Amino acid sequence: MGIHATEVTATTGRGRTADSEDAPLLQVKNLQVEFRTRDGVAKAVNGVNYSVRAGETLAILGESGSGKSVSSQAVMGILDSPPGFVTGGEIVFKGQDLLKLSKEQRRKIRGTQMAMIFQDALSSLNPVHTVGTQLGEMFRVHRGTSKSEAKKKAVELMERVGIPAAKERVNQYPHQFSGGMRQRIMIAMALALEPDLIIADEPTTALDVTVQAQVMELLADLQAEYNMGLILITHDLGVVADVADKIAVMYAGRIVETAPVHELYKRPAHPYTRGLLDSIPRLDQKGQELYAIKGLPPNLLRIPSGCAFNPRCPMAQEVCRSEVPPLHAVTEADGTPIEGRGSACHFWKETIHG
Amino acid sequence: MAEPTATEAAIEAVMDKQVRRGEPILSVRNLEKYFPLTQGILIKKQIGAVKAVDGVSFDLHQGETLGIVGESGCGKSTLAKVLMNLETATSGEVLYKGEDISKVSGRALKAIRRNIQMVFQDPYTSLNPRMTVGDIIGEPFEIHPEVAPKSDRRKAVQDLLDVVGLNPEYINRYPHQFSGGQRQRIGIARGLALKPEIIICDEPVSALDVSVQAQVINLLEKLQDEFNLSYMFIAHDLSIVRHISDRVGVMYLGKMVEIGSDEEIYEHPTHPYTQALLSAVPVPDPEGREGRERILLSGDIPSPANPPSGCRFRTRCFKAQEKCAIEEPLLAIPQVFRGQDTPAAHESACHFAEDVDIVGATANGDDSVNGDGVSGGGVSGDNGGAEI
Repeated sequence: MGIHATEVTATTGRGRTADSEDAPLLQVKNLQVEFRTRDGVAKAVNGVNYSVRAGETLAILGESGSGKSVSSQAVMGILDSPPGFVTGGEIVFKGQDLLKLSKEQRRKIRGTQMAMIFQDALSSLNPVHTVGTQLGEMFRVHRGTSKSEAKKKAVELMERVGIPAAKERVNQYPHQFSGGMRQRIMIAMALALEPDLIIADEPTTALDVTVQAQVMELLADLQAEYNMGLILITHDLGVVADVADKIAVMYAGRIVETAPVHELYKRPAHPYTRGLLDSIPRLDQKGQELYAIKGLPPNLLRIPSGCAFNPRCPMAQEVCRSEVPPLHAVTEADGTPIEGRGSACHFWKETIHG
Repeated sequence: MAEPTATEAAIEAVMDKQVRRGEPILSVRNLEKYFPLTQGILIKKQIGAVKAVDGVSFDLHQGETLGIVGESGCGKSTLAKVLMNLETATSGEVLYKGEDISKVSGRALKAIRRNIQMVFQDPYTSLNPRMTVGDIIGEPFEIHPEVAPKSDRRKAVQDLLDVVGLNPEYINRYPHQFSGGQRQRIGIARGLALKPEIIICDEPVSALDVSVQAQVINLLEKLQDEFNLSYMFIAHDLSIVRHISDRVGVMYLGKMVEIGSDEEIYEHPTHPYTQALLSAVPVPDPEGREGRERILLSGDIPSPANPPSGCRFRTRCFKAQEKCAIEEPLLAIPQVFRGQDTPAAHESACHFAEDVDIVGATANGDDSVNGDGVSGGGVSGDNGGAEI
């Protein structure tokens, strides 16, 4: 962690005075992203707010097209632009708004202070360079380490993420590794410079369950060791239940529900979340019809008016078709607020309290 | 010409015969499928074989769903292809109502194929983008015109669209105009077109969004009741397999390692691989996650071109002993449970089988999962013991 000391002091002038010691590591405020395509403007992210503290795991849960990956690409600053444009909002990382920084400044932050793990390790690694070169590149580019020193560091990293015979395998190419091992290399690469924040975009979706368990375990261990903030992007309700501290559920570019992990599974406050949880096959439902959310996720070029979920919602009323529900603070039946809970549903009270 | 007609007659006879429930509609015996590995350009020399399916046996009954689970590379999709006769088996038998499908050809094979259909994993690549939905679903009728005469074909296709929950007016649309879930419905309608008895579903929902998966599962179950279909349901999502299956087979590296009813497999798994697989599945319930015991396997699945000697799972097994490297365990009811009336008495290919409740291990799994109970052998070899 000593490495960061200098960089942190450089930026804390503003950060420390504005917020207290426990200010969140990352705070996304009213983020908006759109894709300008030939067919029209697709609003992929429409006003997303979330925050992550050091050592905390935020899971962003959503289906394809919900904007979960796009919002994190905007945070990393790796959005394909054009067609993708950040059209509004703030991304406050350690007290400074990343959207106000120059490209060069953002590049310095990427890798050293925040890093990303991608879903498909095979296509994220360069097939014509050895994994050692690719791992060592982090040190050579950002730290100016010599080639031989970088290789030594690469071996250390590979050992750290549990790759056997790291000394020999450092000279191998990505295709010579299995899927699980490749994902470990991706993790090693993200960890190389000990960043404060890691964004993992579906890190285990391409892996088999037994290997998935190994990789998630490794990620959790390393997160605890380095006290990193982790944003886990996934559609798997099982993985989320295993590792997340808090959850943001996304639908059609908005966060429809936020909650601490135990709360969300026990009593969801949004009909979409409840539908997702109800459609998981449970033991006592054997032989019966599964609950299914009717209809399809919306086309982002034509998001329904009002609440985007209204055409599929069993509770939809007239107001849902006309008014976009804000993220209401969710309270107990007697009005006591519940920390960290919010629901973008006009009828959250009915949803959570029956 | 005498012989094919004889087999043909035999098939007709078998097909006409009322199939009693309990008699398998499909029996697989010792099925093997090896893909040769060759070296050299002009003179090809076989230097080995990928043993994709290596001695698999099971039965499928009428109206039943058999789930097949296993990790990628375990041979479950190759098995499906051999059952469809898309790949020829290296050895072994696939008996459809007593007739070996690898031995028949011509008309008789065509008749059998009509009755075994398939639904594929990826609804994006398994539908021809240049054909309309009507052409896609109607194509089986071109090959088997006896099912629907040409004049009725349009009507038949529209009925099928209706059955799978799509608007019959969509008959002239193209696949790209549909979402993933709708495309999978088209794939299912195509599978149903010839009124088959067996449908092999190879990962039918894994490419779909979570909220759409349940819709397709419900459709498959509804169709099964309506047409008394038998399913072979290949998937890696264990909770969905449990929901839909009557019996479940677990495959590892080309072999069936355990097979039994859904309750036997999920509540009383006796093979260490099944136990590890079940414990690795993330439970969509955060309660008690800190105390949850998990069997973490070390390493990856070995290459099927060069499988380990003896038990194929021994290189990753937390119970492996010397015996496992020498003697291959057979798929049978384990010695310890033989003659007992417990759910653990089902076929399992392990020398040291023991009954461990993995699903219920969340509450007090501390003493049960560590694997040094009945066998007394303890954890040996790999560092793959139970961790949190």
